[in-house]
Amino acid sequence: MSWLTQGQVPLEAYLVVSGLLFLIGVVGVLVRRNAIVIFMCIELMLNAANLAIVAFADQLQQTDGQVFVFFVMAVAAAEVGIGLALIVNVFRARQTVYVDEVNLLKG
Amino acid sequence: MTPIFFLLFAVMAVVSALMVVLQKSPVTSAVYLVLVFLSLGGFFVLLHAPFLAAVQVVVYAGAIMVLFLFVIMLLNLQRDVDDGLHHAARRVFGWALGILLAAQAFLLLRGSWALGPRGKEPAALVHAQGNTQVIGVRLFGDYLWPFEITSLVLLVAVVGAIVLSLRRGRSTGVEDAP
Repeated sequence: MSWLTQGQVPLEAYLVVSGLLFLIGVVGVLVRRNAIVIFMCIELMLNAANLAIVAFADQLQQTDGQVFVFFVMAVAAAEVGIGLALIVNVFRARQTVYVDEVNLLKG
Repeated sequence: MTPIFFLLFAVMAVVSALMVVLQKSPVTSAVYLVLVFLSLGGFFVLLHAPFLAAVQVVVYAGAIMVLFLFVIMLLNLQRDVDDGLHHAARRVFGWALGILLAAQAFLLLRGSWALGPRGKEPAALVHAQGNTQVIGVRLFGDYLWPFEITSLVLLVAVVGAIVLSLRRGRSTGVEDAP
């Protein structure tokens, strides 16, 4: 942990934070039963990946990573719009957003 | 100075992320998720990507989270109801699997790995030209086609959301117009 006093944060530190955020996202998807919270945890995983991409881009001294993250954000925005519309539709049909109560294919 | 801010943002991000998973009320989870997004914006500033930091705050902490909160209010969700043993079993399973994944990631990071060759855009050079300008030139130069396809993706999302939220078997309001 000598980097704490030297003023330069190593790539590994960012990767550890990114990995932790991704893990918490995975656990959230597995543990929670509310579809909206599960969706939030998916956003958390996307953001963890973004952090790793930007950290590598900074380390390798190129801006391509930042452009990629920009695209990821655009796709995430589209995904949120569609996903929330789906959840609202499920709620209309079933009166619930708990994923373990939505277990029939029949609408 | 940078390590202090790094530690600050790291603790903030990880603790808020844990709270997203642990809080019972969806609204509280959403507000903690905003904190995660804000601290990620801080990371982007530390990583010499101020444009992405701004986009992160505006798009994620602003637009996307407002959408989440709107839907939570629209569905009038209260605190999650626990359903006893079934839920406890899933919780144990979920955290066990998470710890397994953490062990795997730890082993991967402990092993040796190498970075590829360095690019030609050190932070000082990008800073001299302006980060936003550099990214803009890349977007409309090398990445023009992906950029255009992104606009198509957003268009499909808009149309898809409208189609999904139309109620079937009911007049859409268009016919009712005089």
